[in-house]
Amino acid sequence: MGKWTRRAFITTGVLAGGALAVGVAIRPGHRAPKVAHKVTDEGETLVTMWVKIDQNNRVTLIAPHSEMGQGAHTALTQMLADEIDARWEDMAYQEAPALDEYANWALGKGFLLGDADVPDALVPTIDGAFMKITKAMKLQITGGSTSVRATGVYGVRVAGAAARELLIDAASEAWGVPASQLIAQDTHIVDTVDGRRLSFAGLAEAAAGRQPSATPSLKTPGEFRVMGQSKPRLDVPSKVDGTATFGIDAQVPGMKYAAIKAAPVFGARLVSVDSSDVQAMDGVHKVVELDDAVVVVADGYWQASRALDGLQITWSETENDAKSSDDLFAQFDASLAQAMEGGESKTDVEEGDVELAFADAAATVEATYRVPYLAHACMEPMNATARVDGQGCEVWVGTQNPLGFRYEVAAALDMEAEQVEIHQHYMGGGFGRRSDADSAIQAALIARAAGVPVKLIWSREEDVRHDHYRPAVASRFRVALDRDGGIKAWENVYHEKHEPVEAPVIPYAVAARKIHHTDSPTHVPFGPWRSVDHSQHGFFTEAFFDEVAVAAGRDPYEMRMAMLADKPRHQNVLRQAAERGNWGETLPRGVGRGISLQESFGSLVAQVVDVHIDNGKLKVDRVVVAIDPGFAVSPDGLTAQMESGVIYGLTAALYGEVEIEQGAVKQSNFHNYRMVRMNEAPQIDTIIINSGEAWGGAGEPGTPGIAPALVSAVFDATGVRVRELPLAKQDFSDWG
Amino acid sequence: MIRLRVNGRDRELDVDPAMPLLWAIREQLAMPGTKFGCGIAQCGACTVHLNGNAIRSCVTPVAAAEGGEVTTIEGLADLVEGEGLHPLQQAWIDEQVPQCGYCQSGQLMSAAALLATNPDPDDAAIDAAMAGNVCRCGMYSRIRSAIKVAARASAVQFFDPATSEVEEASHG
Repeated sequence: MGKWTRRAFITTGVLAGGALAVGVAIRPGHRAPKVAHKVTDEGETLVTMWVKIDQNNRVTLIAPHSEMGQGAHTALTQMLADEIDARWEDMAYQEAPALDEYANWALGKGFLLGDADVPDALVPTIDGAFMKITKAMKLQITGGSTSVRATGVYGVRVAGAAARELLIDAASEAWGVPASQLIAQDTHIVDTVDGRRLSFAGLAEAAAGRQPSATPSLKTPGEFRVMGQSKPRLDVPSKVDGTATFGIDAQVPGMKYAAIKAAPVFGARLVSVDSSDVQAMDGVHKVVELDDAVVVVADGYWQASRALDGLQITWSETENDAKSSDDLFAQFDASLAQAMEGGESKTDVEEGDVELAFADAAATVEATYRVPYLAHACMEPMNATARVDGQGCEVWVGTQNPLGFRYEVAAALDMEAEQVEIHQHYMGGGFGRRSDADSAIQAALIARAAGVPVKLIWSREEDVRHDHYRPAVASRFRVALDRDGGIKAWENVYHEKHEPVEAPVIPYAVAARKIHHTDSPTHVPFGPWRSVDHSQHGFFTEAFFDEVAVAAGRDPYEMRMAMLADKPRHQNVLRQAAERGNWGETLPRGVGRGISLQESFGSLVAQVVDVHIDNGKLKVDRVVVAIDPGFAVSPDGLTAQMESGVIYGLTAALYGEVEIEQGAVKQSNFHNYRMVRMNEAPQIDTIIINSGEAWGGAGEPGTPGIAPALVSAVFDATGVRVRELPLAKQDFSDWG
Repeated sequence: MIRLRVNGRDRELDVDPAMPLLWAIREQLAMPGTKFGCGIAQCGACTVHLNGNAIRSCVTPVAAAEGGEVTTIEGLADLVEGEGLHPLQQAWIDEQVPQCGYCQSGQLMSAAALLATNPDPDDAAIDAAMAGNVCRCGMYSRIRSAIKVAARASAVQFFDPATSEVEEASHG
């Protein structure tokens, strides 16, 4: 397959007039015999493609989302349990295999149509069209905070309700009574007239032979019994006794271990490697040369790694060998200057007469904000295990896109996708990194070259230096103020446009707005990083807003509230965070409080952050997070995602910086790519607002708002305006 | 041949004495619960007990464990009397601590070593004992709560009001 991007996918979808429906989720199991044998065992009946029931009355959801700690498996299972009316104790989750039939079109739907409802009459038509597009894109991705809000809302709930109706219809036929007197309850169908009961298991086969409705009747929130409850996560018990199996734990008979070193400068190729000293080392099996990397295959990872260190490797020269971060940021600044001064740029938003507003502005505020490249630094370093023979290839890996990996590995080996099998595992962190197949492809190529199954493990150094980085970005702003301190015009130009497209768009009412972007490509590979473009623009726009409020002599919270007069949902989130965070209190010198608001992935999040300066060091004391996700399927799961999103964003804001030096990444491991640790972690208080609006995401929305609230708090404490992350570069030694 | 006890079992390892204990545990003994995170004792994912102390197995040569008693996550529950989980494991479930879960073997082993010497740790003691363990999912506040919950549970477990006798806490 070609390189897919979420952008390409969205564009394709729009062109085809695509939309979503529920077709595959409710496709009868007996019409998919080829798939059925891959997802069912003896004694299990595939009622629809997404729902199976076994003889012990266990109901299993088969859904195309992977687990990296975000709790998707559990939340999706809750959604099925509620709609099908099964007891929670009878529920199980099985991740869908990497088959075209389980491509998750819903991601596209989530991005494409937002929250638009699909008219019932259109469902069968658009379903077909959209499925085709998704299959063409080979997407089975867990990303974009879509598991619950898209796959769950548009797939799992419908699959559950449809299966419930099938079971009721099957009982109605078996008992010869009208379906209207039957209900589903506790994994049984119950006759409300005479009280007789039959288990789902007893009806599963008959149900599986019937045609499900594409528009079954869903429960209303008042009828939810499982959704909205904090059910214990299904994956947690295996994660406290060491039995959870991650990709790195895969065991394949006869396998060897591989350590890899890729060209330090991105784009360089392998010229030669002198392996004469290494071939004879104890346990070394083979030295494998890839286009841009050298690999040692040995009996154990440690032997492979030691041998790798002893190799003399020559890499090709590239035009980027002298590049530094300073060079790249100078390039970004030049690109922005050109775009700001009338050069070419692409428009995100253009409303009102920006030039006129600046011409008679009472005051203007201008600033440029910058963020560096960031690595994902998943706790589990990149790895994959592969076995290749004449027939095909098997890959054992933890991935955010099993189907995409299947196609990419097949393409790399010049095989058909049908010859490649992906064995999915838990991910020791994903954050976007595990949507890219690079390490799986390497493992397959190495296994083929070595002639034995191989487990490839990247060292932490390799992991940090060969990530697909959150892009470094610069963003330039200017604002025109009127005499009352109101914003008349807002202009923003930045480079690096990815997804979501609305990331730089502010929610505040401003009459004249121009938001535009340009390109400023570099040789550094990039990829999605938790909250994607929101991770940069959330910081840029909200931190700059704070600066504007101060320049206008207004309170940053009150000014936001005033400019959200037509957005009561935004106001409510902001107000609740402000109240819990004691906004408005007078604080002593060296102590500060900051606030932010960010709408992303369908959820609204406001944060209030407290800091103080302690012996010249910045300490983050408390973070209040208010989130309106529409509805929280698992309140504790959502709270955990807010805590996680905040710490992930806090690590980036305080310490995160991947620097380029002589074309390559300077940082290498946790000593120079620092993480927030136990002793630095603030108290985090989460407020959940179930507004009843369309359901939003959870995994990403907590991340963008921490950095802007933090720098605003720092300004409040010190008067120092920080426009470049990370904060670790600032000197606070004069402050307390 | 290196001889050591792992989770109460005598084991012999025919490996280079310089091999880090981590890889001997994972590959030679096929016990994958102990994780590789950084290789330079910066993240704590590889934490195991050697003679009751929490150590980073990624930088500890097998030779250093010769004749020693090693406990890994697979043996954590056996450190307490009776069936079932270690109080920390139960607290980890009760507080819903893990997200991706990859760091949690190391977190639990560090926490178990802490409680063995300090059955009622305050925040400063928890910070000191746990700052070497990175959780990229950021579950620090839950880890802190769970340690306190386990400390309380242990205190109850080993004190029987019926006999008013305090038994020896033997979970370290």
